[in-house]
Amino acid sequence: MAKVTKLKRPELNRAEEGYLWSIFKGSLVTLGHALRSVRGKSRGAESLNSSGLGITMQYPEQKWDDHLPEYYRGAPALVTDEQDRERCVSCQLCEFICPPKAIKITPGDIPEDDPWAKVEKRPEEFEIDMIRCIYCGLCEEVCPEQAIYLRKDYAITGTSREEMVHNKKKLYEIGGKRVGLVNKWNDLK
Amino acid sequence: MSDTDTKLLPKDVAAEKGLVNVQIDGHWIQVPKGTRMIEACKIAQKEVPHYCYHPKLSSPGNCRMCLVQMGMPPRLAPGQDPEYSEEGYQEIGWMPRPVIACANTVAENMGIRTQGDLVEKTREGVMEFLLINHPLDCPICDQAGECTLQEFSVEHGKGVSRFKEDKVKKPKNVDIGPRINLDDERCIMCSRCIRFMDEVADDAVLGFTQRGTHTTLTCHPDRKVDSNYGMNIIDLCPVGALTSKDFRFQMRVWFLKETNSIDVNCATGTNITLWSRGDKVYRVTPRRNNDVNSDWMPDSHRLAFHKQVHAESRLTEPMIRQGQKHEVADWRTALEAAADGLKQFDAQEIAIIASARQTNEELFLTRALGDTLGCSEMTTIERFGEADDKLVSADRNPNSLGASIILNLPSPGARLSAIRDAVRSGAIKALVVFSEDLLADAGFTQEDLDQLELLISTNTLANPTAQASHIVFPTASFAEKRGSMINVSGRLQKLNAAIATPANSRDDWEVIRDLILTITGNKNEVFMIEDVLKAMTQAYPEFEGATYSKIGDLGYTVCDTGVTIPLIEKEKARVANREIVG
Repeated sequence: MAKVTKLKRPELNRAEEGYLWSIFKGSLVTLGHALRSVRGKSRGAESLNSSGLGITMQYPEQKWDDHLPEYYRGAPALVTDEQDRERCVSCQLCEFICPPKAIKITPGDIPEDDPWAKVEKRPEEFEIDMIRCIYCGLCEEVCPEQAIYLRKDYAITGTSREEMVHNKKKLYEIGGKRVGLVNKWNDLK
Repeated sequence: MSDTDTKLLPKDVAAEKGLVNVQIDGHWIQVPKGTRMIEACKIAQKEVPHYCYHPKLSSPGNCRMCLVQMGMPPRLAPGQDPEYSEEGYQEIGWMPRPVIACANTVAENMGIRTQGDLVEKTREGVMEFLLINHPLDCPICDQAGECTLQEFSVEHGKGVSRFKEDKVKKPKNVDIGPRINLDDERCIMCSRCIRFMDEVADDAVLGFTQRGTHTTLTCHPDRKVDSNYGMNIIDLCPVGALTSKDFRFQMRVWFLKETNSIDVNCATGTNITLWSRGDKVYRVTPRRNNDVNSDWMPDSHRLAFHKQVHAESRLTEPMIRQGQKHEVADWRTALEAAADGLKQFDAQEIAIIASARQTNEELFLTRALGDTLGCSEMTTIERFGEADDKLVSADRNPNSLGASIILNLPSPGARLSAIRDAVRSGAIKALVVFSEDLLADAGFTQEDLDQLELLISTNTLANPTAQASHIVFPTASFAEKRGSMINVSGRLQKLNAAIATPANSRDDWEVIRDLILTITGNKNEVFMIEDVLKAMTQAYPEFEGATYSKIGDLGYTVCDTGVTIPLIEKEKARVANREIVG
């Protein structure tokens, strides 16, 4: 049997019951912060890149982007490689793994006169519904072609549902070029 | 050994029934004499991976994937008596080398091991050889997801390649026929396609050239794989070497839902699987039914669904004709207009043209509609083409037999010309047409249709008859409805719905039911298609006891027509000849 000890609330004296003293103490702390912020010396202001007016960052004039860690997961985007080849071959594994079903791919042929005709397949259209996306990064993890990456873009806004769907063009815009990836479709292939 | 004289040994018990005793992974089972080892393992529910073996084709035994360990009782010395264990079996002497399970048959007291060190090492080795030159194409390969090379390399492969040299390069994306693409790098030389084209399609255009790792599957230089059965080699191919041009890069197979149904392009009633995602059918493949279509289907039927299901001319709204144009109406208005229109005519002035493309349930309700109207003029349209001595029947209607049973039609052709004449003479003023185009197939002319005072039709696609109709009801295609049909050999089979009917179109049987109810003003008592089938079981002896679960995936014979399917007869002869397993 566990031993049960009954605790008693501390008895308050008259002054404490009135809690005026606590309010006064609290006000002193607030006043202290207010004075420090007016002098531009808020605690942590420098490291958090704030305006100095308190530790509040004045978003969007000030952004925290430099502090985003390497592993930060922002908007998913498609990338091209050194040879400007679009890496996605529309295998649709990301569409399959996507937990909120945000990805929709329309696969298509690569025409025979294309320099990358040997890859045979690429997405005709690639849509990610950013209202649905939960930034889990499973698409990046599952991709066998190193074609989709979660970038550091987090401010994904729009005024309509259609605007919130990133199409292929927009995804390549966000993704840009990424170098140093495995060159699977090389001359030996 | 006095008690062996009285007690029968297992081998004698089995021999009486034409069976043999086989030990598979430690368990003794009895299988018919002459069974292939791989089939015996299947009976024992032990998987033996294989590529080249196919029960409907000859067994060359060239992929070496099905290697298992085999053992027999040791050979006796002269004069030595066999020794039996307590259970009555002889001790098995295991062979030190594996044998292929696909081309060897079982024998009395044989032992088979599908597991164990020797077998697993062998599979690993074979897998490694198969993967040496196989490209890493899975992300762009249409077979991914249903590729046995993928599956077995997960199960038996190493996960990494020890092959440091360059892979052998072979032709990729080769055009070997109007419907088929060949990728030679992906080929694992199982030769199933070569054997199919030779043995089943009777058009041996494929073969291997070169030797060793350079072996290449090639089409005869002056020929293409243009046989009407060519696309079956796509289903046969265990890897992505042969892929369909029609299905190329359309959708990954793991997204597709499989629905068992039957083909509606001829009276054979080929069993098929519909592969759909959302509201779209992506492909149709044959489904094994040894009494109807074996494992195959003709290409013409396989690709017909594009024009039937996702055509641009699909009708999606009920319509009423105002002058020369059709106006969209809601279902109630259109049904009431049809009922009111039909009530203006005497029973003798109305004729119904049903269709042998309708399901039994629809035909049954069509007959009920005729009874409601008191109309006795009813027929279907015959449709004949050329039979191909394999699977395509000369009768291009999928349910001619059902129509003749339900509508009691001995000669629909004669009835049709009688109706046509009556329309021309003005004796028949109103026509109700179900799922048929009178201009294309029934010999009617535009003037005949213009002469009619009332033309009501149900149609899936826009056609001249729908154009001429006063009221048009949009109905479901074969991929969107349930129901049963009777094929050319008297087999009752069923359709299943893979996708929903588009927009405002409805299932045919519901339309006919609603039309009857609108005419009579009765309250609806038929809510499910099961109720229709139940009513049919009481009306026709052929349907006695029929339920959809009894029909099942393969159907059953309800009447004997004496008609056989040529390809099935050929297959039976080959099985009897012990060329194939069947």
